[in-house]
Amino acid sequence: MADLGAGPAAIPRAIAEARVAQVARASYGRLVGILSAPAGDIAGAEDALSEALQAALVTWPGSGVPDNPEGWLVRVARNRMTDAHRRALKRDPLPVEAHALPVSGTPQAPQDDPRLALLFVCAHPGIAEAARGPLMLQAVLGFTAAEIARAFVASPAAMSKLLVRAKTRIKANAMPFRVPEGALRTERLRDVTEAIYGCYALVWREGPEADEMQREAVFLADLLATDMPDDSEVLGLSALLAFLHARRSARLDAGRYVPLPDQRTELWDHALIAAAEARLRQAFELGRPGRFQIEAAIQSVHAARVRTGKTDQTALAALYEGLVRIAPTLGAQVSRAAVLGALQGAQAGLAALDMIDDARLARFQPYWAARAHLLAQAGAVTEAREAYARAIALTHAPPERAFLASARAALMQS
Amino acid sequence: MKYTFLLYSDPTGFAGLTEEDWAREKEVYGAYIGALKAAGIFVSTDWLQPVATATTLSTRDGKTRIEDGPFAETVETLGGYFVVDLPDLDAAIAWAEKCPAAQYGKVEIRATAMGDG
Repeated sequence: MADLGAGPAAIPRAIAEARVAQVARASYGRLVGILSAPAGDIAGAEDALSEALQAALVTWPGSGVPDNPEGWLVRVARNRMTDAHRRALKRDPLPVEAHALPVSGTPQAPQDDPRLALLFVCAHPGIAEAARGPLMLQAVLGFTAAEIARAFVASPAAMSKLLVRAKTRIKANAMPFRVPEGALRTERLRDVTEAIYGCYALVWREGPEADEMQREAVFLADLLATDMPDDSEVLGLSALLAFLHARRSARLDAGRYVPLPDQRTELWDHALIAAAEARLRQAFELGRPGRFQIEAAIQSVHAARVRTGKTDQTALAALYEGLVRIAPTLGAQVSRAAVLGALQGAQAGLAALDMIDDARLARFQPYWAARAHLLAQAGAVTEAREAYARAIALTHAPPERAFLASARAALMQS
Repeated sequence: MKYTFLLYSDPTGFAGLTEEDWAREKEVYGAYIGALKAAGIFVSTDWLQPVATATTLSTRDGKTRIEDGPFAETVETLGGYFVVDLPDLDAAIAWAEKCPAAQYGKVEIRATAMGDG
């Protein structure tokens, strides 16, 4: 095994284990990208990498950590994949392609980062939309199906099936592991950004997995923005997620959700907010406004409360007008109504809510929460109570349920 | 990697076509086949008789059963196919988009399960 570049000295098991864990964390997506690209086999790559990590746990305490740990893992995993392939074919292996491994220590052009190719294949239009975000979390970041299922409030069996199906489709159809060019790249990039946004937004706010997945979604957006600084919406997404994530510690108080206007700004991550502002400026300078940039600008207005002590509702209202014009999602329409309520009074907000015409409203939690809040402000206690009940029935996350229940209880006492 | 484009459409849509319409249709497909050949990716193609003329057969316990009619009655039926040789699904999608059938029916893309050996 000398050709694997193992260091000379044995090292304590705990140190070897820590190094394995560190390499796994830092390099997971890159290694899965390198291993899965040749045959389009993400599931095989994940299995082989997990075996290679096991082998490292056994080997590294005795041999020392190799000079090039990533290269070591890739070679061991490749051997496992070749063995598995041979077993599957029950004949001699196909000649292994001899292209050099892009391993650590050799700086690559950002476009060559295997994680980018992996992101693009995970967001391929040939994969069900609901599977794209979870697939990225698994293939690029190494979360298990069970962890992802918990974060997305799905059953582990259903999530596992969704992921297996997506990987099978990628392999069987030879979906390309590369960052596409030209119009295809522009179009596909929207799928990639939507999926990363979905990773952040859809993840249930409760639990350690959700927290970690939101952090990783911020990381993926940052990776994309670093590699594609010429795309204003990629920069906008990165800014948006950074703004949202900067408020993570202020969102909960003793297990109860704290709405944005009530959050203590000293709990916000000010370094992350500064990074978000910088990204947003960078995006604006490109002069091509878009949905994520407007959403990030909205968050920037909220973040300004740190300096000004208040929230500029007029600026928010103008931004939401712009947002519903280019991306009239239900969430944007409901938020616009809430801002009008804050700016012009509860009746104006309720009128704006009544203007939304969409069959999905009956099951859209933010609509009922906003409606309950505005009705309570307008003094319509009975109706507000009913709206809170509907909002609570549609809420999965315990902190948000606790918040709504206490708002409803306060209404009863008044 | 070989991909097969299965061309599905509703045959009632062809009911009112005149001789000239058919001639134009043949020209359109001829041009598509020409483009596939020029790109060096053409493997094979066929245009099939209407589904009502299908003969469906199965053999169980050494006995062959023959039915006059298609395997399944559907509104959109398989009217033809192309087999092409392309590097990946994106290339297959790009060529399927140009297939005339995409404009009036549906093109199902299926990758080969036989590998490239």
